[in-house]
Amino acid sequence: MDIKISVKNLEAFYGKNKVLKNISIDIPRNKVVAIIGPSGCGKSTFLRCLNRMHEVVGGTITGSIQVDGEDLTKTDPVLLRKRLGMVFQKPNPFPTMSIFNNVAAGLRFNGVRNKKILTPIVERSLKQAALWDEVKDNLDDSGVNISGGQQQRLCIARTLAVDPEVILMDEPASALDPISTSKIEELIFELKKNYTIVIVTHNMQQAARVSDSTAFFYMGELIEYDKTTKIFTNPANKQTEDYVTGRFG
Amino acid sequence: MNPSKFFHIKRKVTSVIMMSLSLVATLIALVPLVFIFYYTISKGISYLNIDFFIAMPKPVGETGGGMANAIAGTLLLIGIGGVIGIPVGVMTGTYLSEFGNNKFGSVVRFLTDVLSGVPSIVVGVVAYTLVVIPMKHFSALAGGIALGILMIPTITRTTEEMIKLVPHSLREAGLALGIPKWKTTILIVLKTAWKGIATGILLGLSRAAGETAPLLFTALGNRFWSTKVGQPIASLSVYIYDYAKAPFEDWNQQAWTAALVLMLMISILSLTFRIVTRSKYKTK
Amino acid sequence: MQANTKQTEHKRNIFLKKIFGSQNFGDLIFERLTLLFAVFVFLLVILMGYEMYIGSKISIEKFGWSFLTNSVWDPVQEIYGALPIIYGTVVSSFLALILSVPLSIGIAIFLSELSPGWLEKPLSFLVELLAGIPSVVYGLWGIFVLVPWIRNDVEPFLSERLGFLPFFRGAPYGFGMLAAVLILSIMVLPIVASISRDILKSVPQSQREAALALGATRWQSTKIVLKDARSGIFGATMLGLGRAVGETMAVTMVIGNRALISPSLFDPAYTMASVIANEFSEATSDMYLSALIQLALVLFVITIFINAFAKLLVWSMERKLGTR
Repeated sequence: MDIKISVKNLEAFYGKNKVLKNISIDIPRNKVVAIIGPSGCGKSTFLRCLNRMHEVVGGTITGSIQVDGEDLTKTDPVLLRKRLGMVFQKPNPFPTMSIFNNVAAGLRFNGVRNKKILTPIVERSLKQAALWDEVKDNLDDSGVNISGGQQQRLCIARTLAVDPEVILMDEPASALDPISTSKIEELIFELKKNYTIVIVTHNMQQAARVSDSTAFFYMGELIEYDKTTKIFTNPANKQTEDYVTGRFG
Repeated sequence: MNPSKFFHIKRKVTSVIMMSLSLVATLIALVPLVFIFYYTISKGISYLNIDFFIAMPKPVGETGGGMANAIAGTLLLIGIGGVIGIPVGVMTGTYLSEFGNNKFGSVVRFLTDVLSGVPSIVVGVVAYTLVVIPMKHFSALAGGIALGILMIPTITRTTEEMIKLVPHSLREAGLALGIPKWKTTILIVLKTAWKGIATGILLGLSRAAGETAPLLFTALGNRFWSTKVGQPIASLSVYIYDYAKAPFEDWNQQAWTAALVLMLMISILSLTFRIVTRSKYKTK
Repeated sequence: MQANTKQTEHKRNIFLKKIFGSQNFGDLIFERLTLLFAVFVFLLVILMGYEMYIGSKISIEKFGWSFLTNSVWDPVQEIYGALPIIYGTVVSSFLALILSVPLSIGIAIFLSELSPGWLEKPLSFLVELLAGIPSVVYGLWGIFVLVPWIRNDVEPFLSERLGFLPFFRGAPYGFGMLAAVLILSIMVLPIVASISRDILKSVPQSQREAALALGATRWQSTKIVLKDARSGIFGATMLGLGRAVGETMAVTMVIGNRALISPSLFDPAYTMASVIANEFSEATSDMYLSALIQLALVLFVITIFINAFAKLLVWSMERKLGTR
């Protein structure tokens, strides 16, 4: 198996609170890995450790995370986050920027100011995010005057524009209606051809639909990690079975 | 070096510089704070003795003496201010939070904000035309009214905000028991929000204690002992002003001591209020 | 006996219902009582404007608009032109803002974006402590510490190095525009800083995370936050301006108190608030008093406009970000 991200003995803390206990997991290249578990199980924290956003809110970690064999804790987080893009639970476009500028924001952070370079990248990203046809005539409109589902796809386009290797999605559809949700899911399916995707979700059907492998987290521990079909049809662990069959959580 | 790497280093350096500048700004702001406290304490402490609190000011030329009349005057003035400002502020705040979701409510809310931005000297001028001119002389009453008006916005706004913080479920619990709304508001809502409202009142009172401009031509000042509401009255803040401008070094010294005492009074005011409200909270 | 009281109570209730409809009587009284106080506040603000209008009527009738444009303020000749006073107010306030707003925004950035939680609380407390010091204590400190320092060190230094500019000419007197500007900027600082901090903190955390997740540096994400908050910060600046324009005691004690239009910051000046504070109790003639009350009226109107404008800016930002 071609490993993109390798996590070994990861422990995460908020102050003295241990929120992740001894997590070891390998994430394969160009696959979708879903992280499931009841709320408070540490699945979002895990995701935020991968692009070092965990430390932004004052958290700390021990253990090792390697991306393509490179130790993540020794890399500059600013450069790292460009490689591991993130899509958040609630769509968070920049309200002071137009649709165009929202998509271009990441490139501008990296010093790309030339509109000739930006324009094709913005167009490509919006197409990849399946938003281009809906917004191509009003790229100068504010990024918050579109629907929630469109906003979330705008955020995905914004992430794609900086050309990441991995896309981390933190319950990307939980704030959206069913139609927008299915659009996002289709999108994930398209994107995995070129990107490695880790998606946190509380929706088990969604995990079953979009992912290749699934990891079940409970109380800060990784209980089981296997092929998605295996997790949902024949889990090895009793707790996993109880959770995926809806007996708790 | 390739350009994107160069840009990366440049923006990292910019980030460190800008964020350090924000720290520098914070430190710069603390410099005057430290200086003002240092001078007030070091210069004020030399005259700080029991006489200052119990003796009367000495006539020009004699050294020593105290400011007993000014301390009593300041207390009386903020007392009068409180008698006006507290009920008006608390009741208006209650109105705004309980019944103020209409046009009139918004207008009053806006006017309270406007009132909080009106310079205190302007309030002094109004108190002069309202009270001093009809009474034909300066009085503690006029000064107290000016201070009371100045307290209203602070107390109104804190009351409204504190009442809004009381969970709706608590209110519904009262109403569900068949208690009328006014009793629910007074017995449950105001009682729960009391601690916060008291903080607002304290803030209003302590700000009033430091006010000088609205007293200059309302309470005026008085070199003798007076607690008469209808007569001019001394206050610490006006004493600081007069003594700071005076050409006598002894008076200048006393101005520092008065400043120290005034700042101590303001801190004690806030401390006692905090202790009172805390103990009330604990027994619940 | 008991049945009897119940019956009278019932009768009374019916009676009350007839008068007040179905609403509970106590509720009605309670609402009306609180309403009464709200109406009182409403009338108070109107009354303030009215009182000052009446009080300044003879001055308004005599001088009209020339009160604002005439540059002679001479109580002996009974000529009252407030131009130099308005000039002093405007210049001292604006220069104070120029000094203190960048610092205040820096403080707000540090408190909301950079400092760890354990440091933010005590630092915010210290900044707010600066706002709690009475104005007259600032003035006292100004007279005995700031003014001597300006006279002995700052002004000689400035006139030596920058004396070719008209702003730094004249005798190093200490008391004057420069002292007023410095003390005002210290006094405005905590207000602008703490409101700006609240405004920056009201920008949702998701905005910072969105920027950081795209590979922004700390400063780049802060710039996004500042952009979101710009109208709110402008509102905070306006509130600071309102405070500076109306600040009385500290300014009166250090500005030198002369109605003078001079480009030099070393020269004494006057502000509306300090004229009132200084001359009100000496105003012997009706016209003099009336002119001073008119000055208070002008100050009242100006600060109302500034504060209303500031409030609108803060509101519009809160609405845009959906934090309210």
